[in-house]
Amino acid sequence: MTSRSTIKHLALAAAVGAASLVACSKQEEPKKPEAPAAAAPAPKPEPLKVAFVYVGPVGDAGWTFAHDLGRKYVEGKFGDRIKTTFVEKVPEGPDAERVIRDLVAQGNKVIFATSFGFGDAMEKVAKDHPDVYFEHATGYKTGPNLRVYEGRFYEDAYLAGIIAGEMTKTNIIGFVGSFPIPEVLRNINAFTLGAQSVNPKVKTKVVWVSNWFDPPKETEAAQSLINQGADVLLQNTDSTAVLQAAEKNGKYAFGWDSDMSAFAPKAHLGSCRLNWGLYYEKAINDVLNKTWKTETTKWGVKEGLPEFVSIAAFVPDTTKKKVEEAREGMKTGTVAVFKGPLVDNTGKEVLAKGVVADDKWNGAINFYVKGVDGKVPSGK
Amino acid sequence: MNELASLIAATLSAGTPLAIAGLGLLINERAGILNLGAEGMMLIAAFAGFAFAFHSGSDWVGFAAGAGAGALVAACFGWLVIWLNTNQYATGLAVSLFGGGFSAFVGVDYVGKKLSERTDYSVPGLRDVPFLGPALFRQHPLVYLTVAGALAIAWFLYRTRPGLVLRAIGEAPESAHALGYPVRRIRLLAVVAGGALCGLAGAYFSVVYAPLWVEGMVAGRGWIALALTVFATWRPARVLLGAYLFGGVTMLQLHLQGMGVDVANQFMSMLPYVATIVVLVLISRNPAWIRLNMPASLGKPFFPSL
Repeated sequence: MTSRSTIKHLALAAAVGAASLVACSKQEEPKKPEAPAAAAPAPKPEPLKVAFVYVGPVGDAGWTFAHDLGRKYVEGKFGDRIKTTFVEKVPEGPDAERVIRDLVAQGNKVIFATSFGFGDAMEKVAKDHPDVYFEHATGYKTGPNLRVYEGRFYEDAYLAGIIAGEMTKTNIIGFVGSFPIPEVLRNINAFTLGAQSVNPKVKTKVVWVSNWFDPPKETEAAQSLINQGADVLLQNTDSTAVLQAAEKNGKYAFGWDSDMSAFAPKAHLGSCRLNWGLYYEKAINDVLNKTWKTETTKWGVKEGLPEFVSIAAFVPDTTKKKVEEAREGMKTGTVAVFKGPLVDNTGKEVLAKGVVADDKWNGAINFYVKGVDGKVPSGK
Repeated sequence: MNELASLIAATLSAGTPLAIAGLGLLINERAGILNLGAEGMMLIAAFAGFAFAFHSGSDWVGFAAGAGAGALVAACFGWLVIWLNTNQYATGLAVSLFGGGFSAFVGVDYVGKKLSERTDYSVPGLRDVPFLGPALFRQHPLVYLTVAGALAIAWFLYRTRPGLVLRAIGEAPESAHALGYPVRRIRLLAVVAGGALCGLAGAYFSVVYAPLWVEGMVAGRGWIALALTVFATWRPARVLLGAYLFGGVTMLQLHLQGMGVDVANQFMSMLPYVATIVVLVLISRNPAWIRLNMPASLGKPFFPSL
């Protein structure tokens, strides 16, 4: 090794070290000594090393918490056949690439990156390491060893909408939005359509907070919706603030990303959560069985990824039954969230009669359906 | 009418922490110390306030803890910039970044915890007066105390001898020193008092406003409070008005969205800062205004031996 390359390596190591020290706290799960020796093939192989990259802190609720539940789930499933590591609070951007490279250098063979903004970093690192499998949540870029997965969260939003439509007294329901991207607009529309399926008079008011995570602002947004008559709220942001604002005002709201029933016992109607463990189990099985191939996975209620859980005891049984029927319908394919005839809130037809939306249509949503107040914010 | 009442109520509630922190920073700056660490102090205090309110079940214990934590951090900052003469800007920024990281670190176990049942503090009798009740009389007591506090601080600064000394130190520390005033000790007191108020504002966020703790939850409001002191040209009453104005703009844009009015909320969010820049330009163009308002020694180190 020439001195020059030594220096370069040292510098790189220092940079990586500093990045992981400063930008994130890294934790390795201790291997459980009691873990049962699973039905492994005769020569006991090294455990498959699996790493998770999280955008937020794990905490007790929310997006990253839900992914970490998935990690724990596969740990329990596979026992000592795998060894998992996670890095939390990784900022989207150049730091993410360094963290992912670092994880690969440590011998991880499967990398799950759980936020949209990790896409570019994943793509770059995947190209350099063809022997490692890269899995990117909510992304769209794929490659020979890079694939994407997501949940049809809007199906949960639709089920929440059914309860909202039944529980609202003012016929105004509210949505606290993060950013007007198709994923979020899909949820707003699905929430509204779910409510309209049981109560055609429902109107939805939307307030954007331009952030995934800003509890005081989420509180303000929830308060302003409540002040304008909304009495059931759903949010696409990541804290429990909206739920707690509803509790304080004696209104209703839902949990999002994870089960939030404990945060607002009087306001909580149900929680929309994602059961990522199911996908992580499949992906790790693919690697262990050498059946991994590039694909785009979108799992809905049918596959069990989005789950609508912890429906409050005080929700009437007739309402619960309607939710159950819709859930069954989604499983058997008789209920679709977006199907024609569907018009947007300016009266323009967006889906013709009898047409069921495909993923291309879902990915290009840039309007509110009829019944949502206002206009989608645009850059213009 | 109802909408207006609720908008006023929300504005008062949103403006209160800005006003408290802004008043604290105003006391600092009147003594000549610029503390850019407001955001960090508020975060540490938000955590401390939440943790203490969580364990004690009392908002007021939370407030006291928040104020105490703010004062403690401010005391460290004060020692650094007043006795060791470190650069105020750099030290303040460091406190700001440190506070964000430190509060996240110690607060990990409190993420997702829930405070006990919230007390309804609305004023009995007045709470049901049409319009005025929902607009003014259903607030947390701290909202009213803030108004009283602003008046008290104005009275202290302009009507009392210690207030005069404080301002004199902010204008001309050398002269005050020559007259025999303990400049450094008084500055430290001002910094600690300012820190306590910033801390109280931080605790208000985590105990009353959005009763939860998550890292980074102050989300830039410490910087708004700093902008506020400039916007208010270092006058307590104007800090109060400015805080309601800044809070009002935030709430107004959320209300307009809910009403379906098409305004870019990013545009509305930036308005307070534009207003601050405009005020800065106005007061900087006129030397008399600057002399009348901005503490002359603001941000400058003071060496008593010289």
